[in-house]
Amino acid sequence: MTLLGIDNHLPALQVVIPLMGAPLCFLLRRPVLAWGFSVAISSATLIIAFLLLQTTLQTGPLSYALGGWAAPWGIEYRVDTLNGYILLLVTAISTLSLLYARTSFEHEINSAQLPLLYAGWLLCLTGFLGMTITGDAFNVFVFLEISSLSSYLLISLGPDRRSLTAAFRYLVIGTIGATFILIAIGLFYSMTGTLNMADLAILLSKNTESRTFHAAIGFLLIGLAIKAAIFPLHLWLPNAYTWAPSAVSVFLAATATKVAIYLLLRFLFTVIGAEHSFNLFTLNQALLPLGVLAVLIGSVVAIYQDNIKKLLAYSSVAQIGYMVLGITLVSLSGLTATLLHLFNHALMKGALFMAVGAIFYRTGSLRIADLTGLGRTMPLTMAAFLISGLSLIGLPLTVGFVSKWYLVVGAVEANQMWLAIIILLGSLLAIIYFWKVIEIAYFHHKSSEAPVVNEAPLSLLIPTWILVGANIYFGIDTRLTAGVAEKAALLLLGGTP
Amino acid sequence: MSNLGLYNYWIVITLMMIGFYTVMASHNLVKTLIGLNIFQTSVFMLYISFGKIANGTAPILSESHTLYANPLPHVLILTAIVVGVATTALGLALVVRIKDAFGAVDEETITLEEEKEE
Repeated sequence: MTLLGIDNHLPALQVVIPLMGAPLCFLLRRPVLAWGFSVAISSATLIIAFLLLQTTLQTGPLSYALGGWAAPWGIEYRVDTLNGYILLLVTAISTLSLLYARTSFEHEINSAQLPLLYAGWLLCLTGFLGMTITGDAFNVFVFLEISSLSSYLLISLGPDRRSLTAAFRYLVIGTIGATFILIAIGLFYSMTGTLNMADLAILLSKNTESRTFHAAIGFLLIGLAIKAAIFPLHLWLPNAYTWAPSAVSVFLAATATKVAIYLLLRFLFTVIGAEHSFNLFTLNQALLPLGVLAVLIGSVVAIYQDNIKKLLAYSSVAQIGYMVLGITLVSLSGLTATLLHLFNHALMKGALFMAVGAIFYRTGSLRIADLTGLGRTMPLTMAAFLISGLSLIGLPLTVGFVSKWYLVVGAVEANQMWLAIIILLGSLLAIIYFWKVIEIAYFHHKSSEAPVVNEAPLSLLIPTWILVGANIYFGIDTRLTAGVAEKAALLLLGGTP
Repeated sequence: MSNLGLYNYWIVITLMMIGFYTVMASHNLVKTLIGLNIFQTSVFMLYISFGKIANGTAPILSESHTLYANPLPHVLILTAIVVGVATTALGLALVVRIKDAFGAVDEETITLEEEKEE
């Protein structure tokens, strides 16, 4: 890979390739071509992310000066173990859900809109990758808006007219969140005169008494909490995930909130500094009740849903609660749990939304009551749903167990037994809402006049089962995920990985 | 007096609250977007105020000037203005499609329509 020294430019290519791909994708016009092209682009970003993570694991953090302008004046792209891990997650999920998307989109969306949809998808991917890779605070805002605007578009193309209102409401609340982040970055800049994250970290720590700093942290926290759908700022999420096209639900549910959680970690630990965030401002005490309420209320509300995608969306709110709880522990095992759960939740929610998309493909319904008898008529789809659901609950030998294990260990280490009990209670609630679906699908006989449905096509089943396989594989062999997550957690806590 | 000296920040805060209130209180989707615009505009003014120093000039070296203002916040906010325009355009496009699909741009009517489908 020394061709033209291209390996020196991988951090830039990670973002530039999907950015340039998006308009080309739109120009291709034919839906099949646009799909093939976007799969190729997404796979290229996956390969780059893999190479980047491998390099950072071997030789430490990579710094790339965009356009040759050195930091802190120019924009720096900085890849370390933490964001290398997130880049790999985002690109892998994007590629898999694009493979899934073709059949699903053809069924749900007017073919004239498809090239536009794939272009929007690539822009959204650009935004996520840019937010993750950049070491410049203002650049975060720009990429945040690229991903947000394109995700409003993706959601609004859903097959039901309610997708339009879901997209509009997300646009309003998402813009407020992004503007709050913009205010915070502006206040940081007015204090320090720099936008580079590493430089900000040094300069901000000299002036922690300033009221501007305190206001900036407030704006930043609320802005990121809206984007990460941290309870009680999650209200945009259930409708957006429910009415979006199936493949878009897979992509966004598995990546959008994860990238926002990554930004929260980056700002709390790197820019503001763990010492200030948690000892001086005790932000963990502010986040802790939100995490607890998210786990409990998210799970309880999920029990009462009639719509299966809405059930999964509220379950996402609860799962984000677990990630927040891991952050509030401010310990190695707590952070490892958060980072593991980022990855693992993407695997299980991705698989669950894929299975639901396959069910919608055959039955045209999202109502839980209409799932009767699917355990027999769509055995492979329902088995995928069952296994990834067990993973969500946290059954041993699945990924859900691994991250919950780290989280419980973290809570016990911090001498917070009640927190461990709440985590287990969350799992019990997950059994209830999940069982509701399984019972109807497997144990209710369907009426004789109901239409006959067949198993979902292979083009939907294969990506679903790849994710289900990953749920089991990473549940047994945790060396890769837990190893990298632990290194990244050490990095955040200021240790040497 | 010293508080009033920085009057542009008072304007920023007033505009921000007007915009924020409009977003929350109005039932008409177009008015919500107008509120969102006022809210964003207040942030543009916040950034522009950061970059201004009393009697400072543009950073062009010249013998008659010694005090320069930082132009970077203005450049940054140019990007944010573009983002704001894109957000408004997308929001209005969604309102047009909502009007087609629901026959209304009023939050309450739309919510009633949505509840019928549940």
